[in-house]
Amino acid sequence: MKTKSIIVSFTVFITTWFIYNNTLDLIVLGTGVVLSAMAALLFCRNCDVFCEFNFSLSAIFYTIIYWFVFLGELVKSNFDVARRVLTPSLPINPGIVEVKTKLKSKMARLILANSISLTPGTLTVDIKDDTMFIHWIDVQHEDIEGATQAIVSKFENYLIKIYG
Amino acid sequence: MEIIEIIGAVVTLIGSVFILLGSIGLVRMPDFYNRIQTGTKASTLGTMLSVLGIGIIHLDWIGKIVILILFVLMTNPISSHVIARAAHNIKVKQSSRTIVDKLEEETK
Repeated sequence: MKTKSIIVSFTVFITTWFIYNNTLDLIVLGTGVVLSAMAALLFCRNCDVFCEFNFSLSAIFYTIIYWFVFLGELVKSNFDVARRVLTPSLPINPGIVEVKTKLKSKMARLILANSISLTPGTLTVDIKDDTMFIHWIDVQHEDIEGATQAIVSKFENYLIKIYG
Repeated sequence: MEIIEIIGAVVTLIGSVFILLGSIGLVRMPDFYNRIQTGTKASTLGTMLSVLGIGIIHLDWIGKIVILILFVLMTNPISSHVIARAAHNIKVKQSSRTIVDKLEEETK
């Protein structure tokens, strides 16, 4: 398990280093390899977050779909903010609601919470196990089921297929 | 060459418009939580588009630009979440228009 974490984090670090330096110079690349290996061994030895990545074909396929869904929501959320800000009566109806997630993996929960923060009118305030507390700028459902359906389910369906 | 520069400039301009709208939101919203909402969303897409516009003009920078965009995309929601959580923990007052607060009921 640990080996996978180290390998994945090392790959991420060295790719970032390579793109950032944009050179094939051996000294620069060698420094990058040494530093990435040190960082991966020191900091990712005991963390299991990277172990949850799944490299099967369907997971990669759904990851790509997820990116498009997510970017669409991000653009929509910006127009939503623009509309609320520019309307003179300031149409807001704020509150903090509770939602439940079915996801088990830490990485999937992190991605879900981040995605919720970037979608129209919602912001993750707190997470306790499978319960998330969401600040919703325009509350439509105060009950757990309705709020979960409206906020979480559009992302959860894809994340379950990616992380299981 | 000319057309690429114009496209890049337009993309950067759209990004700055979103940031401007977010800043207006910061002034107009009634309480802390709603302010951080507008701040998070507008600044994420605004920063992404502004930087992407520069990437379109200087195509050889595009790799670094993509790293910057991913970094903003991953860290911006986390920082907003942490600030909002800290604010709720020290009981920053909510606007009088707030209709429900499940987290407050939970921690009682």
